[in-house]
This record gives sequence, C-alpha cells and structure tokens, in this order.
Amino acid sequence: MYNMSLPWWGWALMGAGLVCFVALVALSVRRNHGIKRSLFASPYTLWMIIFTVLPCILVAYYAFTDANGAFTLDNFRHFWDSNYTKNQLYAQMGPEAAAFISRGTVNVDTLVYSLWMAFLCTLISLLLGYPAALYMADRNMKIGSTIVVLFIIPMWMNFLLRTIAWMSLLEDQGLINNFLRLLGFDGVQLMYNSGAVLLGMVYNFLPFMVFPIYTSLSKLDPQLGEAAQDLGCNAWNKFVRVTAPLSLPGVISGITMVFMPSVTTFFIPRILGGGNTMMFGDLIESKFLTEGNWNVGSALSLIMMILILVSLSILRKADPEGEGGSLI
Amino acid sequence: MKKWLVLLLSLALLLPLAASAQEVVNVYNWEDYIDEAVLDQFEEETGIHVNYMRFTTNEDMMVSVRANPGAYDVIFPSEYCVERLIAEDLLAEINYDNVPNMSYTLENLLNPDYDPNNAHSVPYMWGTVGILYNTTMVSEPVDSWGILWDTDYMNNVFMLDSIRDTMGVTLKYLGYSMNTRDPVALEAAKQKLIEQKQSGVVKAYQVDETKDKMVAGEAALAVMWSGDAQYAIDLNPDLAYAIPKEGSNVWVDCMVIPKTAKNKENAEAFINFLCRPDIAQKNCEAIWYSTPNTEAIELMGEEYTSNTTMNPSAEDVANCEYFHDIQDFIAIYNALWQEVKNAK
Repeated sequence: MYNMSLPWWGWALMGAGLVCFVALVALSVRRNHGIKRSLFASPYTLWMIIFTVLPCILVAYYAFTDANGAFTLDNFRHFWDSNYTKNQLYAQMGPEAAAFISRGTVNVDTLVYSLWMAFLCTLISLLLGYPAALYMADRNMKIGSTIVVLFIIPMWMNFLLRTIAWMSLLEDQGLINNFLRLLGFDGVQLMYNSGAVLLGMVYNFLPFMVFPIYTSLSKLDPQLGEAAQDLGCNAWNKFVRVTAPLSLPGVISGITMVFMPSVTTFFIPRILGGGNTMMFGDLIESKFLTEGNWNVGSALSLIMMILILVSLSILRKADPEGEGGSLI
Repeated sequence: MKKWLVLLLSLALLLPLAASAQEVVNVYNWEDYIDEAVLDQFEEETGIHVNYMRFTTNEDMMVSVRANPGAYDVIFPSEYCVERLIAEDLLAEINYDNVPNMSYTLENLLNPDYDPNNAHSVPYMWGTVGILYNTTMVSEPVDSWGILWDTDYMNNVFMLDSIRDTMGVTLKYLGYSMNTRDPVALEAAKQKLIEQKQSGVVKAYQVDETKDKMVAGEAALAVMWSGDAQYAIDLNPDLAYAIPKEGSNVWVDCMVIPKTAKNKENAEAFINFLCRPDIAQKNCEAIWYSTPNTEAIELMGEEYTSNTTMNPSAEDVANCEYFHDIQDFIAIYNALWQEVKNAK
C-alpha cells in the first residue's frame, strides 16, 4: 500500500545528514578526550545513528513530501484543517457537496487536549511524587529504601500489561465494582472516561517524577538543614528556604520526564478510556496504521517533536547544569 | 582448511537446488484461520510441501504482496481487496479444471460482484456484521440498528472502532448503501454517530476487547462480526446474535493466486484440497466462521444448520451488502470518522 523507496535526493539528504552527524560526534569527542574515548563511544554512536538520527531524518523526509515523493507543505495544512483532503474532494463534486466544506479541527483539538492532560498528569505526579521522594530520602526513616524497591518492582513489568491490569480493576464487572456491590453499594462507572485515562497516565509515569527528585534530595548535605535550624529556621522555613530550592534540579528533570511521555501517550486512552477520547499519540498511530498516510502522520509527529523540544529548552534554562539528570 | 570451506560453500549453493526438487506451495493466510493439522494432511496426500505464512490485517497483506512478487502462491484476501487486486492486475485466472471441488460452493456466494464468474477467487470463509446482545439485559426483540441509539441502554453499547464497519451500519440504518459516495448520506451518518456519542449511549469504541467484555457482561449490546459473536456465545449462553432488518455487511475471505505465483498448479491443488468437504468441515470446526461448502454443512448437520449466527437465513444474507473498494473516497470516510471520535 505504501511505497518505501526514496528518490535519489532523499538518499543523498540522508547520507549527508549521517556524514555530518558522524563528523560532528567524532570531532567533539576527539577535541575533548582524545582518540581513545571516541573509540569507546563508537558503538553508542552507531546505536544513536541507527535508532535515533535515521528515524528523525525519515520523519522529516516524509513530513515534507507527498505520496509520490515530491516536495510539499500540504501535510502541515492537514494539521490545521483535518478535513483538507475531504474538502478538496467535495469541491470537485458540485454545489451539494461544496455546502459541507468546513475546516476540521480534529488535529488541533486533540493536540490541545493532549497538552492539557499532560499538564494535569505532571501536576498530579509532582504533588504525589514530591512528598514520596522526601519520605524516601529521609535518613531517619528506616523503610525509605523499601519504598524505593516498591516503586521499582512494578516497572519490571511491561506498561501495557500494567495498564490492562488496571482495566480488570476498574471495569463495571471488575474487582472494585464487584467489591462495592458485595458491600451493598451501587456500582460506579470508573472506566471509559478521561479520569481513568489520567489515572493510568499518573500511575505509569509517577516513578519518573519520584526518582529524579529522590536523587537530588538524597544528595543534599543533611548539615545544611541542621545549619538552618541552628540559625533559627522552623521546619517549614527550612523546607521552603533550603530543601525545596536545592531540590529544584530534580523537580525540573522530573517534570520533563513525566511531561514528555504524557504528551505522546497512546494506547492508555484506548484501553482505559474506551476510545471515547483520542490523544495526539493515538491520532498519529491511526494516521500510520489505519489510514496508511505516513506523510501526514510524520508531519504531526514533527509538530509534536518541535513542541517538546521548545518546552524542554525552556525548562533547561531553569536547570543549566543538568544536575537532576535531565535527558538533553 | 580452505578445501573444507570450499566444499561447504558449494554444498550450501546446492541446497536451494535440492529444495527445489521438492514440490512446494507458498501459502499466506490470516493468523488463526485454519486447522493446522490440515496442512500436514495435504503434505502427506500430495507430497507438496506447504510454506505457511501469516498476516493480521488486509492492509499488511496487500503491502507484502505488492512488495514481494513471486513470494506467494495462495493468499487469502477479503472481498474488497480481491476487487483491488484484480483492478491492479495482480491476480491470475484460476483454472477450474484443477479445482473441481468448487462445485460444493454455496450458490449465493457464486458469481459475486467483486469478481464476476469467480474468475480469480474461490470463497474460503464468510460471515456477517450484526448485533451481539445479552438476553438478560435486553428484553425487546433486536431487529433494527435503531436499538443502538435507544437511550434505554445508556452507557451500555460497544461500537466497533473500525471505520468502514461503523460508518457502514449507520448508513444502512439511514437507508443508504454501505458503499455510498453521496456526501449528503455520509454527512448524515456522521451526524447520527455524533448524536449517538453525545447522548451517552456508547460505552466504548473498540475492536478486539469487545468479545471478551461481552462474555463478562460488561455491556448489553455490541456491533460484532459473526465469528467473534459465535466465540462469545460459546462462552456465555446468555448472548445472542442478530442481523438487523435494515441489512448489514456480508464479507467473504477468498483464496486467490497472484499472477507472479511460481507454483500455480500446486496452488490450485491446495485450493481444491481446502474445498474438499471433509477438510472444509475441519477448518470450520476449528475457527467457527461460516463455511461456503454445502457438502461440509451437510456433514455437520443440525448443529450447524440450526445455528443462525453461523448459518443466517437466505433472506438475511440477501439483505446484506458486500463492501467495495471505494478508492480515494476512503479519505472522506476517514475524516468523518475522526470527527466522530473527536466529538465531546
């Protein structure tokens, strides 16, 4: 159904991109650490090229071409007007069809909805995750390390499996509702709505908030807190003036690491939301797999990538040293 | 050392030759869509080795068939893909002298409009789209698509997250063809689906999850394919299946031979084998879709003929439509469906 072959200039573009990338990496490695390090880095560089750089170049290529491989900007018009092709076809079909021509807002609406959901997910994760990290990092708490392990164990399972497990909890005939009915209450609908999707997202992404904060909190010198107390700080002031500002790098990288996967979430809305609401990830998936329209799908992915890059660079300003272990 | 290497390499070169001495047939079928014991039986009886490969969607299959000419001798596309493949001139005409068992095929599946005179395709399995419902939750008779819009079943209906199927049944409900290219009809169907979503009747839009959730009693009504419906009914006797009076979709998965097939006669022998009544019966009993084989139906007797899910009445089938390949018009269906999914 889809033609994978590239025209000669597509290959040339990809080749040029690759050469530039390899040259840049090699140069920078050499300048900083000498030839030996660059040798050690080469498997990683190769890995990066094959699984990160090449796909990005391909996405960019498809986003700027049509089905025949010719250069076009139409794919981005599709983003603004999801009815773009439909309207074009209607326009050729006479006045009766032309009456139905209208701008489709599906793509923009879905993006806004995804950003909103990602914002909520990040906020909730922060509100839940910060106290948890504080608790885990507290040296007086003996069970802190146990909690760390409890946070890690579910991550050994695939996230699809964990999400499907939530389904059997939340279903109308699921565990929670059956338990409620056993106690004589009416069942409640927990699934097939945005709330369930948000729950699934927070559940899956919470560890990405907790661990960076935990790392930066546990690196904190406890003597700083003691000093603050010696100088007359009460517990609240100690937290607000010492602990919180010093843990900021962890918070920033926690926010990035939760926000990014939240915005690109897919599958969770389909499983827990019953397909009643779509997120941007689902939309991109349907462009590729259902409609077989790789060009529009790539354009949507590119828009998403740029948005993430912009929000990351804003956050990066707040944590220039990357102390919290941020990704870029 | 070097000598050994040369010997080994030349042996390796000979391998494909040795393999080609044996007759083969390269089969490309849906996942879980055959009784695999049948393949061994074919090898035993004919000495032709079966290379069996699987696909999960028509779209995957079409991509592979176009990209790998000569790789497959028998493939199993649905009827609208047969139409597409014929239009692209990719299918060979079948020599029915080699497929005498074609005579067992149900009359209403012969000479279909997707492939006049069955020049290129032999029906393998068929089925319908209908409503699977839970008789403990639905007391009134289920005979119209309209019940899916009935607000008595608030939050109790599963729709298919499948563009052609869901748009199709809505078009049927409104009295149009499932293959319509009339913008008025299509926009009306979109409005109807948005109205259904906003009224709160729909619980979820999904595909594979539905059958197991219906077995668990998660909803009262669901749009469903007959094979999946039969699977669910087997597990939960409270469930029943109906084809609404407005008509529905009937589909046929076919066996075809690509023009580029390297073993056309073996392919015809394989197709003929699958059309043999005892083999058709084995396959039907393994996967529980409807068989087009009259003699196999005879062999299965009462158990099959009294089952209206697998063996719908001739009137019900006559009321149903095949999907046709609607070419670039699919873009309009896609856009309308996205608007339904996006409606709040």
